[in-house]
Order: sequence, then C-alpha cells, then structure tokens
Amino acid sequence: MAPAKTTAMKYTPVIGLEVHVELKTMSKMFCRCSADYFGKEPNTHTCPVCLGLPGALPVANAKAIEWCIMIALSLNCEINLLSKFDRKNYFYPDLAKGYQISQYDLPFGKNGSIELKSGKKIRIRRVHMEEDTAKLTHGQLGDQNSELSAKGGSAPSGKSQNNEKVSLIDFNRSGVPLVEIVTEPDFSEAGEVKEYLQKLQQIVRYLDVSNADMEKGDMRLEPNISLQVTRNTPHEGKNVSPVTSHELPSYKVEVKNINSFRFVEKAINFEVKRQEDILEKGQSPVQETRGWSEIKNQTVSQRLKEEANDYRYFPEPDIPPIRHTKEQISTLLSRMPELPDAKYSRFLREFSLNDYDTEILTREKSLADFFEEAVRVGKDHSVTPKQIANTLINKKVDPSSSEPASIVKQIVQSGQVTSIKEEELEKIVTDVLESNQKAVGDYKSGKETAIMFLVGQVMRQFTTKIDASVVKETIKRRLS
Amino acid sequence: MDLNGLTLTEAKEGLLSKQFSSSELTKACLKRIKATDEKLHAFVTLTEAHALEDARHADELLSEGQDLPLLGIPFVIKDNFSTKGIQTTASSNVLRGYIPPFDATVVAKLKAAGMVMLGKTNMDAFAHGSSTETSDFGTTKNPWNTEFLPGGSSGGTAASVAADQTIAGIGSETAGSIRQPAGWCGIVGLKPTYGRVSRYGVVTMASSTDSPGPMTKRVEDSALVLNVLAGKDPHDGTSSPKPTKDYAANLKKSIKGKKIGISSKYLEGVEGDVVKAFNEAKKTFEKLGATVVDIASLGVDILDPKYSIGVYTILQRAEVSSNLARFDGIRFGQTRDAFGEEAKRRIMLGTYTLSAGYYDAYYKKALKVRTIIVSEFHKMFEKVDAFIAPTSPSTALPLGSSKNHPMFGEMADVLVEPSSIAGLPGINVPAGFSSKNLPIGLQIMGPQFAEDIILNLAHEFETNTEWHLQKPQL
Repeated sequence: MAPAKTTAMKYTPVIGLEVHVELKTMSKMFCRCSADYFGKEPNTHTCPVCLGLPGALPVANAKAIEWCIMIALSLNCEINLLSKFDRKNYFYPDLAKGYQISQYDLPFGKNGSIELKSGKKIRIRRVHMEEDTAKLTHGQLGDQNSELSAKGGSAPSGKSQNNEKVSLIDFNRSGVPLVEIVTEPDFSEAGEVKEYLQKLQQIVRYLDVSNADMEKGDMRLEPNISLQVTRNTPHEGKNVSPVTSHELPSYKVEVKNINSFRFVEKAINFEVKRQEDILEKGQSPVQETRGWSEIKNQTVSQRLKEEANDYRYFPEPDIPPIRHTKEQISTLLSRMPELPDAKYSRFLREFSLNDYDTEILTREKSLADFFEEAVRVGKDHSVTPKQIANTLINKKVDPSSSEPASIVKQIVQSGQVTSIKEEELEKIVTDVLESNQKAVGDYKSGKETAIMFLVGQVMRQFTTKIDASVVKETIKRRLS
Repeated sequence: MDLNGLTLTEAKEGLLSKQFSSSELTKACLKRIKATDEKLHAFVTLTEAHALEDARHADELLSEGQDLPLLGIPFVIKDNFSTKGIQTTASSNVLRGYIPPFDATVVAKLKAAGMVMLGKTNMDAFAHGSSTETSDFGTTKNPWNTEFLPGGSSGGTAASVAADQTIAGIGSETAGSIRQPAGWCGIVGLKPTYGRVSRYGVVTMASSTDSPGPMTKRVEDSALVLNVLAGKDPHDGTSSPKPTKDYAANLKKSIKGKKIGISSKYLEGVEGDVVKAFNEAKKTFEKLGATVVDIASLGVDILDPKYSIGVYTILQRAEVSSNLARFDGIRFGQTRDAFGEEAKRRIMLGTYTLSAGYYDAYYKKALKVRTIIVSEFHKMFEKVDAFIAPTSPSTALPLGSSKNHPMFGEMADVLVEPSSIAGLPGINVPAGFSSKNLPIGLQIMGPQFAEDIILNLAHEFETNTEWHLQKPQL
C-alpha cells in the first residue's frame, strides 16, 4: 500500500533496521550444549551455564565469533581489533541470568555498508554478537489446540488441573548465538528494506553461517520508522540523501520481532500511513515500541518511551576482552567464500550471461556452484554456459537432486542443441533483423508474435537443430 | 593428640604409613564436630554419611597403594562452592534447599585428589560481609573466644580449621574473605592470584575478584592444596593458562637477600597489639636474612589503602547487583524478598551506580582508580619481592559488631582490599596474640602468580615462630 499522493510530497519515511541472525554453530554461544534447538524435546539441550545456575560461567564460542566477524566483513565493516562482551541487565522469565551477554561499545564490526540495486548505499552501524533467550509458551494445559497439549506430557502436569493457565520455559534456545546487525536510518521505503533483507539473507547463506530460515525464527526483524517533514523546496522528494542525525525526526517507532519479510513490508507501510494521519492532524506520533499483529493486520502498541529499560550495561567480568590481530582478520577475509555481488559480476563477465540469468543463478550458492560445475563438464561436450543456464532456469533444476554431468548429458542427448558459437549466432541474428525490417517494426510496436517469425528465420540459417529459446532471448535482447 | 588435630602434612604421612585409616581420621573429625559445633556453628550442612563412605573408599585405594595428593584427607568446604547432590546455600535463604546438579571445579579437583568432604561451612550470605553475621543460618563463633566473631566471609571454614574439626578447608576471597577470617582465627589462609584457581561453580559474588583458596593449619598444607587447585579451567574463561608450579617445592628455600616492602600507610589506625606483632614480624624476617624496607624510601608511592574501599565498593556492588539477578523467584523456590538486608543494600547500590547518568561518575571512575592501583603494585614489585602488612587493623571483634554498620566489612578488610582489587596473591600467617588472647595475623603479598614466593616467605616465618602451635581451648 503506497502512501497517498498528497501526503507523499510532504513526508519522507526514515527507516532503520535491526536484524537478529541466529548462527548454525554446533554448540551454543557460551557453553557446549547443542545449538540445534528447533523442534527438540523441551529442556533437553541445557547445562548449568545456559540455565544460569549459580556459579556457572560463560566461555565464548570461538567459531561463533569468527562467523560474526565474517558477517561484519561481508557488510564492509571495520573490525574492532579489541572487542569485549557486556552485560545487558533486565528481568524477564526467558532470561536465565537476569542479564543477556551482548556487546555494547566495542562490537566486532562497525561502520559498514551494503549497496542496493539502485546504487543507494545503506550504512551498517554495527554488527555484534549476543545470546538468545529461552522460549516461553503461554497457554492452558487442557486446551487441545494449544501448543502445550502436544507437549503436555513434559509439562509439570502431576498436580495440574485441566484448563490451568501455565507459562512454560524451554531453555533449549537459551544461549544460542545471535548476530545483531543494525543499520543507520537510511531506508525511505518498504521496498528498499525488503531488498536489503533479501541481500542479507543471501549473504549469510553464502557464508554458510546461518540457515536464515524465517519460519524457524533464524532471522528476526525490527524496523524503526518515523516520518520526516520534508522542506518545501523545489527539489523536494527528488534526491533524498541519507538523513543526518540533526535532521532526524524527534520520535521513533520501533516494531519488534517480526519474522517475515512480507510482514516487515506490511508493518512499515502501515506505520507510514498511521504516522502520516497523526501528523496530518497536527499531532506528533509518540515514541514507542509496537508489535505486528498478523490477526489485526496492523501494528499494536506494546511499550511507551517512559517505560523504556535502563539496561545498566557494564563489561562482562566473566569473559576477558577479545583481541584480534590485523593478520588474523586478513586470513579470515581470504578464507571467505565469494559473496553474491562478486559472483554476480563474475558470472556476467566470465560466462557472458545476461542480468536476468545471472540473478537467478547466483541467488543461491548451491545453484551457482552447480552451474559452474556443469559449465566445466559442458566444455568438453561443446555445451555453452548459456545453454546450461537456460536448461537450469527453464527446467527449474534442483541442485540438491541432480548432477551437473547428467544435466550436460541431457542437453547433448536432447539433440536440440549443437554447439553454436555465440558470435555466429549474433552475426546471423544481425543479418535476419536487417533483412526483416517489417517484422522488427511489428514487434517493436507491440506485436509480440512477430518475434516467432524472426526466430524461425534465424533457425533456418542453421543446418542443425538449435535451441529456439536461446535464439529468442538473443533477439529479444537485441530489440530491447 | 587426637587425629583431628593433625596438620594435612601429618595426616597424609600417617595415612600413607598406615598408622591410621581415613575412616579413623574422618570419625575423629566428626566426633570433634559433634562435640564443638553447637558452640561454634561452623556448618550449614554436615555430610556425615557421605564422608564415611568417601573415607571407606579412600581406605580401599590406600590399601591398593594408590597415591593421590589428598587421598583420605578430611576437608570442609565453604557453602558457596557447588557440590553435586548436596545442598549449596551460600548461607542465604534464597538458596535454601538448592541442590546443584554439578560440582564446582575446585570441588571436582579435590574429589579427584581423594579428599573426604565433611560438610559445607557457614559464611556471610552470598559472601557479603566479614563476620558471618549476615548468614541466614546464624553466626559462627570464634574458637578462641566464642563471644567474638570469626571474621568472614569464610568464617565457617576458618573456625572449623582452627577448632580442629577438620584437617583442612576451602574458602573463597573477594577482598579479604580468606585472609581476614584466617587472621582472626589464627590459621593459614592463602588467596591465590585472581585466575590461578577456577571460579567455576562458586556462587558468584564479584566476578572480577573472586578467588578460591586453601585455609589450613600450616603453610605447607596450603601449598599442597594449591598444587591440586591451581590451573587453567576450560569452564572458566578468566582462569589463567600460565603454567602452574610445584608450590611445595621451594618452601624451605632460604629467604636470605629477599627484599620485603612495608608502608606506613598500612599501619594507620591499626590497633596497638597488632602493630606490635607486626614490628616483631619484621624483626623475624630480618633475622632470617631478608631486608625489610619502607617502599617510600625506594621512591615508590602508593595510594592510601582507604581509597580502595571506595573502588572496591563500587565495582563489587555493581557486579553483585547483576550476579544476583538470576535469583528471580522463578526457579530457585524463594522470591527476592528472601534476600537479607545486606544483599538488598548491595543490589540497590550496585543498580544505582550502573544506572544511566551515574555510570561514568561511579563505575567508570572506579575502574580508572583500579588501573592506578594495579600499576602502583606493579611498580612496587619491580623493587621488592614481597610486601607485608597486618592482615586486619584489629583482632576479632565481639559478636554483634557488624550489626548496624553497613561498611563493617570494608573497614575490617581495608588492608587486603588493594591487593584484592589488583588480583594479587596474599597469605595470612599467625603472627601473635593480643592482650585478650585473640590471634593476630600477618599478610604477605606478592606480584601476580608469585604464590611460590609468598609461600616460601610464609613458611620460613612459620618455622621460626611458634604462634601456629597454639590451640584454642574449647
């Protein structure tokens, strides 16, 4: 839902984002319990440390720290060579120790950025490491529909009456490593946020440090939204550069713990409209924390600024400060896999693919790797990268259930292909387009079917059967 | 003499040469506990059945010729050390009935070394105090005079060792909690370098200074126990990877030529009897060939110890307020109402100093002063091998002294707090008696990880004095 035209001229959304990414390390952040908690019998992945028993001490997971730094590096962050953990103190039943071990003033990564397709840069303020909390389940023991009844056997049911209201705590998630990525308030619409999130998800999957599975809560999203009343100048709305802090609106609305990209979009659009309406009435929206209600399809107030926590951060005395050398960081950098943006540019360059094909092939690392392997195999059989790309995309090949070699074999056997050199095809297309000006004109004026005539003309120039879709793509590209 | 009166070294020899069994030794201790503990109240939990079982097991191993460092030796453990399957309360109602599912690393190491655990000893609740008067389970009495306090927070262990209820004991010190009660009860108490002994499983008081250590009848006993306890623990990120030493190896080395620092700043406001004993101690060291020198004459200046009270109070309260947050009434049975007055005071003060707007003025400033104290000690120990001072400004104070004095502990511990804040090792050795026949303690402090040096000095002092040979009449 886009903002109404009349008000879009007056207000510019100022949006920042906090994202929590759960890492897929073997063990938890500060103990050796398995971090694989999803769907497991409650309170089976616990120990004195993640239960917060008296005297138990945290020992930081080196792999998780390494992965956090890899995420920071892939977001072009500076790495703090001296870093430390801090305690964030607050009470909540899901917080075993009464504080969360997080990072305050020396996060592992800071001052990074990520570029959107439009070329707009989103600045990353910080990338830090922390621990997840336990999971609370509220419900009635006797309720057949409740999540509790399925696990009812493990509930403390000995004395419980049916329909007794209970809150249960599952500590399996307590202490699972989380990386928090905080942007500057550089987004001005929900679409940008969505693109950023997709890129972030793609990056952590490329790094193979998180499954980034939204449904399992591997990525939790918290946009903060406010509206800036833009100055009444002729340039307004055209070139909105990132807002500087002294220009920021005087309030900020945070929407907590959203677990899908679609809901983030909805929540942002809802907030923009809601805040516009308030501003239109000459009032100012209050600073508050809101939540996204799937049922109401709107954001709902959770906590006002006055109720905001003072977390009383102080350095975690149980974990010594963490020092890295520049050499360690560059070693880490050299060990990192090729990231999506780099792979994208390389595919365009190396395989002469178009943007569309490249986008699809590099979306997931597994498909990109599959493609490259198939290209290697295909070389010996005169199968071109373009042919492989077409097959993978058109037939929606699942890289986890087929072999690159068998795809190449299929292409060869199907007979629909002969090795045609890219230049040869290009030359013939040029000739055909020149000698069929009428069809070209028809196509350009909107007659889509005219292209099939042109494809036929090109294919007639070849003695062997060639892939019509390749020809069609080529002609399309030339005429666009 | 009854077997329970033996030192650790003597008991070990007796067991190995089969003069008596661990069961006999353990029974002697249990008999003494039954005879005296109504008066002393050193224990929170007595584990008699476990002890007898452990002793039987030890005797089997002894008969097989096994030689574990503490095989068959009875110990008492301060009640803030987690003991698997045995109630661990830290002398607070908040933890009444809490049974840990795991052993503190110190306990696990002692068990592996063959110890027999007699029980868990009383302490100030959550180690908040220097008297045991903040315990929710009653006050422990000083064996030398039961009208007097044993000191604290490891008062139960100190009284138990002094009264020969056990062969040896374990305490923990955050700032004075081993040395001060050892001083007041006339025993040896070693506070190792922070990080030398694992804190894992010790109910946390102040994470950045807590140091478990031995409390024994002799210096050599402490060295033998430290040999078992010292070392890196994978469960404690603040434990040091620095290699350990054989702490008993150089005890008898001559201390000739050793340079020992003193400072008049550590004698201000100290009781006359204590100053007198301290001056005697200086002479003893000089007689043994060491040089005792006022560090001011070496151009070394140090902050008055009283400044460390402020620093320690801020840092420790801040950590306490956070460390006690886990007792939220959800999992440990009791609600936060069960905290005693002292814990509540500390939680409030710590919460205040960490709050937005106050952090810089209190916590951050305290950290800066701590850095100054650390660097002062560092400079001092470039010029001297060790530093000696009275352990406490006074001998044991009468029962009730800590009531209505929220800063009682800090005043009683003023002379140990600077070295605690700096994480340095220190040892108390008996150094005299007051006119009221109460023990006087001398402390020897050294640079980081110089436990061997202070143990050597302490041992030579002990060998050339007779204070440690006196026993309280109960």
